[in-house]
Amino acid sequence: MHELSIAMSIVDMAQEEAERRNVRVEAVHLELGALSGVVKEALLFSFEIACDGTPLQGSRLVVKDVPIEVYCPVCNMPKILASMQWFCCPDCGAQTSEVIHGKELVITALELKQ
Amino acid sequence: MSHEPRLLEVRKNVLKQNDVIARGLRDRFRLQGTYVISLVSSPGSGKTTFLEKTLTLLRPHYRVAALVGDLATENDALRLARSGVPVRQITTGTLCHLEAAMVEHSLNDWNLGELDLLFIENVGNLVCPASYDLGEDLRLVLLSVTEGEDKPLKYPTIFNSADVAVITKTDLAAAVEFDDLTANANIQAVRPGMCVFKVSAKTGEGMDAFLQFLAQKHARSSQKTSV
Ligand SMILES: Nc1nc2c(ncn2[C@@H]2O[C@H](COP(=O)(O)OP(=O)(O)OP(=O)(O)O)[C@@H](O)[C@H]2O)c(=O)[nH]1
Ligand SMILES: [Mg+2]
Ligand SMILES: [Zn+2]
Repeated sequence: MHELSIAMSIVDMAQEEAERRNVRVEAVHLELGALSGVVKEALLFSFEIACDGTPLQGSRLVVKDVPIEVYCPVCNMPKILASMQWFCCPDCGAQTSEVIHGKELVITALELKQ
Repeated sequence: MSHEPRLLEVRKNVLKQNDVIARGLRDRFRLQGTYVISLVSSPGSGKTTFLEKTLTLLRPHYRVAALVGDLATENDALRLARSGVPVRQITTGTLCHLEAAMVEHSLNDWNLGELDLLFIENVGNLVCPASYDLGEDLRLVLLSVTEGEDKPLKYPTIFNSADVAVITKTDLAAAVEFDDLTANANIQAVRPGMCVFKVSAKTGEGMDAFLQFLAQKHARSSQKTSV
């Protein structure tokens, strides 16, 4: 399980940013790709632990799931995979392994305390 | 007064630190002409056995070395060292995967300019290593015939992150009724076009084809470096 070390990085990065801008954090918004290798439930659980004893204690992690988007060489455009067990264009069935989105593990915003 | 949440937009890649170090390693490997291959698989799929065989067969022709990650023991490093090539152990402690910083640290006082090929055996784990770039040129994912044909479907992320699949322990295939076609179809489903090798490190079957493939990869990469 590497979610705890990832959660600790998220807390560190969010806190660093908050200090730099002199704000207090209510929630951290995160984009999480289906191919990131990180399990959402484990990350949410780990985030709480990682926040303990830091200025982010009690803050929330708001996760936005990012589906796997591949480039279909036949349709000649990006497509969202129907299943991560099947790297095929959902419309024409062409095989493709050119991943455009789905590996994200990105902090996108800090929600501030009022 | 409204209670619209106040959002401060930022955009920060959580794995940035690892990615930056990995990129640095890759540049350094390229500059020094070292081709780097990492191995991932579930625990016990045969990484160390396959690697020991590979190192032994490559040693007369190439300058090779290996790094091996292990949670607690030095057993794998001792086994690999029997091949006669330089081997370094990275003890990861409680971490279930290698990170680029550990590779960098371990290479600090190693003269990579003297190496043609460097192998990195990751900790046995089909989940966590997927997220961490180690600066390698080629990632091998191993799948032993004894663990079932559906591993790629259960762990699509790591199979998708790899460049080549190696089916190991083929000497046991008949005994466990390993279904070759299904395994191959599952691999292709999660990583279309992936190259697949079938080997038995015990009998040596299939090693030649793999070594030829490596030799080609290495030759092509050193061409690129010298241009
Ligand atoms: N029959 C047979 N057994 C093998 C082969 N390769 C490995 N084994 C056996 O499988 C077991 C595990 O092999 P290892 O090489 O230690 O596997 P590993 O992936 O390095 O294991 P971890 O590093 O602990 O994840 C050992 O008992 C090996 O002897 C093979 O080609 N044929
Ligand atoms: Mg091993
Ligand atoms: Zn299509």
